[in-house]
Amino acid sequence: MFVLPVSISVGLAGDVSENRSDELPHRRPRPAEMSSMNILIVDDSAAIRKILTRVLGQTALPVTKILEAGDGNEALAVLKENQVGLVLSDINMPNMDGIQLLSAMREMPEYKTVPVLMVTTEGSQSKVMEAVNLGANGYVKKPFTADQIEEKLKTLITV
Amino acid sequence: MHQQLIDYISRSATEVFSTMFGQELAVGPSIENSKDSGPTSGVAAMVGIAGKVAGTGSVVCTEEVACRLSSLMLMTELDSMSADVLDAMGEIANMIVGNVKTLLEEKAGPLGLSTPTVVHGSDFGARTSPGQGWTIVNFTLPGGERFRVQMALTSQ
Repeated sequence: MFVLPVSISVGLAGDVSENRSDELPHRRPRPAEMSSMNILIVDDSAAIRKILTRVLGQTALPVTKILEAGDGNEALAVLKENQVGLVLSDINMPNMDGIQLLSAMREMPEYKTVPVLMVTTEGSQSKVMEAVNLGANGYVKKPFTADQIEEKLKTLITV
Repeated sequence: MHQQLIDYISRSATEVFSTMFGQELAVGPSIENSKDSGPTSGVAAMVGIAGKVAGTGSVVCTEEVACRLSSLMLMTELDSMSADVLDAMGEIANMIVGNVKTLLEEKAGPLGLSTPTVVHGSDFGARTSPGQGWTIVNFTLPGGERFRVQMALTSQ
């Protein structure tokens, strides 16, 4: 009998990069490979949801449906009713904020590794690190351009 | 504090409009420590800041300008007040005041940011705490539309 010992280390899923030049811990992305997917946009601003919907529609991402939620509670209800492959979420929202939503998602087995991109006005390093530590895969600060969103999503999703 | 705040407001607003709307704002004039709470009609989109620096930031304009700003943001024609206009104004305030908050945090440490509240109509006013004056920065869009960002903050 031939035995080959192999050591395996458990790493963190996802890579976080930000649209500013701030230093962030570097982790290799764990790409989500899928043919087509539902995408959930979570923001209490309908205007931002419309803008992100338009941006997503202009990308090459294989989108089945774009779902929306106005806060973390609504988002959890959508996540339970649908199979979502990517989440874009604000942080500052009423009822349940984006940090709490992220924490709740990572407790759900089906959403443990689903990519989450934070899209928010929160720019402090402490908030960025809090999101990273809870499993956020990317961080885009408002205001943003369509190109910035698309570039971030390319690092999270492969087809 | 006021001069630095004028700089922060100017930088934040010009970045928001340049990045998201592709519009170059003309900045000025600015007023320090004003007791003038601003127009008594139109739209005022307000966001609160809490922590070692606390107070309120508002984006204030006429209803016509609010429709114009919202149209720019949503890339659709909005010619009368609506839920879409109010929501867009709230988000504009959120981004401008939110970015000012991030700049303030460099010295003040972590600060909290409220969700926006938007007031619209006629015959309204605002009052700050005693000893707290408004820092006001006026802006003009390329098309001539004007709005102002005003903030009343205290340091603890």
